[in-house]
Amino acid sequence: MKPSRITECNEWFLARFPLAKLWNEHMTHYYAPKNFNFWYFFGSLALLVLVNQILTGIFLTMNYKPDAKLAFDSVEYIMRDVNWGWLIRYMHSTGSSAFFIVVYLHMFRGLLYGSFKHPRELIWIFGMLLFVALMAEAFMGYLLPWGQMSYWGAQVIISLFSAIPVIGDDLSLWLRGDYVVSDATLNRFFAFHVIAVPLALVMLVFLHIVALHEVGSNNPDGIEIKDSKDPWGHPVDGIPFHPYYTVKDIVGVAVFMLFFATVIFYMPEMGGYFLEHANFIPADPMKTPEHIAPVWYFTPFYAILRAIPDKFAGVIGMGGAIVVLFLLPWLDRSPVKSIRYRGGIYKKALMLFVVSFLVLGYLGTQPATPTATIFARIFTAIYFGFFLLMPLYTRWEKTKPVPKRLSSVHSLEEQLPALIEEITILKPAATEIGHTAFKGSSFTRSPNPEGIKNVISRLAKKAIGSLD
Amino acid sequence: MKNLIALLLLLLLSFGVVASEDIELQEANIDLSNNASLQRGAKHFVTYCLGCHSIKHIRYLRIALDVGADPKQVLKDIAPEGANIYDQLHSAMNAHDAEKWFGTQPPDLSLIARSRGADWLYSYLKSYYADPKSPRGVNNLVFKDTAMPNPLWQLQGEQHAEHKKNIWGDEYTKLVLNEPGTLSEGEFDIFVNDLVNFLVYVGEPVQLERQRIGKYVIFFILMFLVVAYLLKKEYWKDVH
Repeated sequence: MKPSRITECNEWFLARFPLAKLWNEHMTHYYAPKNFNFWYFFGSLALLVLVNQILTGIFLTMNYKPDAKLAFDSVEYIMRDVNWGWLIRYMHSTGSSAFFIVVYLHMFRGLLYGSFKHPRELIWIFGMLLFVALMAEAFMGYLLPWGQMSYWGAQVIISLFSAIPVIGDDLSLWLRGDYVVSDATLNRFFAFHVIAVPLALVMLVFLHIVALHEVGSNNPDGIEIKDSKDPWGHPVDGIPFHPYYTVKDIVGVAVFMLFFATVIFYMPEMGGYFLEHANFIPADPMKTPEHIAPVWYFTPFYAILRAIPDKFAGVIGMGGAIVVLFLLPWLDRSPVKSIRYRGGIYKKALMLFVVSFLVLGYLGTQPATPTATIFARIFTAIYFGFFLLMPLYTRWEKTKPVPKRLSSVHSLEEQLPALIEEITILKPAATEIGHTAFKGSSFTRSPNPEGIKNVISRLAKKAIGSLD
Repeated sequence: MKNLIALLLLLLLSFGVVASEDIELQEANIDLSNNASLQRGAKHFVTYCLGCHSIKHIRYLRIALDVGADPKQVLKDIAPEGANIYDQLHSAMNAHDAEKWFGTQPPDLSLIARSRGADWLYSYLKSYYADPKSPRGVNNLVFKDTAMPNPLWQLQGEQHAEHKKNIWGDEYTKLVLNEPGTLSEGEFDIFVNDLVNFLVYVGEPVQLERQRIGKYVIFFILMFLVVAYLLKKEYWKDVH
């Protein structure tokens, strides 16, 4: 039979481009551990949000004017006059917060299962560079609506550079392109936000994934699946990324979109956290707002900055809070990766770190009262303590033996039937007289207080026990 | 562990104290589906506010479509004479004069409704009182030394401030009507509420629309989730 035109075209193309090879290497023949839990959704979700930001960003750029006189009006024009402009803008503004939520959870996953440890140090470094680029992207994007918070937030952050001795003033002048944040600043931030930083982000995502696929994914057990292979050379505990994890990630995408859509359609400002109220007032260089707070995703670092009394030391502290994350693979001296086999010290330290990050995040949104400053100092110390004491406490702690193969943990959906059985009592339904049609098959479940108490106390015991 | 919990509790308590300094605001009754209220609010806005305050990000046509009014009727009843249905709601006062007269440019009130909130705007418009010490003869309880004279004084009448003490000995200020205006107190409340309702609508004209669409989007995603989950389950049957 004569091959069709389409087949001929395909063959022509495949003879010149290694599409099949790429697809196999990174999808169907890329073996991932089969025990990924819900923490492993956030990598693919970060990619989804990046795509969302780029696509909605392109449409926003079509109507946005990077000009100090027009910027604010053009954003309101998008919100009220452009067809579906509000949806695109809310997708973009909610997307930026979602990006940080997803990325913070993705990084926390790394802390839980030691994904930054040997041999994945480079993946972590690329990831951290991505995080820094993302912060730059978000910071510069936030100036563009040219509201009061946009303006004064940028003013505060750029003025931090002037705290650097000798070159500080010239450096901040060079960054702003003016003596105050102005049209020149807006234009250069626009350039960085729409092309320079996104290019860097896409490039780094590429490097992050290439490095990941070279060494293979870590997993909740922190075991190298490549250590036990079947006779054909495939990891025994691995499954092809496609189709198994593609179909699984689609479920994650659906759940994520459920939350995302709820925010976009029902609470786009998120109580002033995703879109700050003060940013609906056009930027006014003559009126400093009483209370300048960055968007929520920067507040932990902002709280650290304010906690340190000296401005330059504060800048060092804020920068250090990010730099110290880069060093994580070398600070951690524990022989095991996953929190499942670590000792109690790391678990408690990680818990303290999470608490300090959240509290600092909250403090960063609040005015710096004397009490708040004291708390900010305590939690800044805990934040840095987690990292800087790590070489000591990870070496001391007693780890548990790590199995050779992945341990099987029952997923929630497997446990659910037994759980329902335990917390409810099955009773025959009270049948009405003369209503015998479904007799024998009608049972109702009612809550069982004893069973619920048992389940809760078991969970509590497990939670406390898991800290050791 | 116990110390940590105690510390966190202390932290929460210490913030509760900081939060309660501002004046208690009166609650506006915002109902964007109440077209009659929105239409009255639009009329009030054009009559009493548009002289100085632009809401330039919206057009008469959009208002007509959203509040369920005939565009011709909007031009006749609401818009000032000579306005085009495609016009945005610009104030007639120029910016230079505004600076000279009030020291500042009157802000877009729909943006104020969004940044300060409906309750703030509602309370603000109701909280003018006679203050002989102030250059304009009036002051405002919610926004002290505000640059705006009370545009609604004929309707509301004149209030004066009485300083009182509550049972805990804390001082507070109460506004008492001195001279009644052309509207009764209840009528004036409805008047201001309609105005604020309209401004909240203008602040984000799409509010009702997005809540309506949201239901369908979320329903669709839920269906998608079910299909995606079943697909995942089917594929993962053979993974042990």
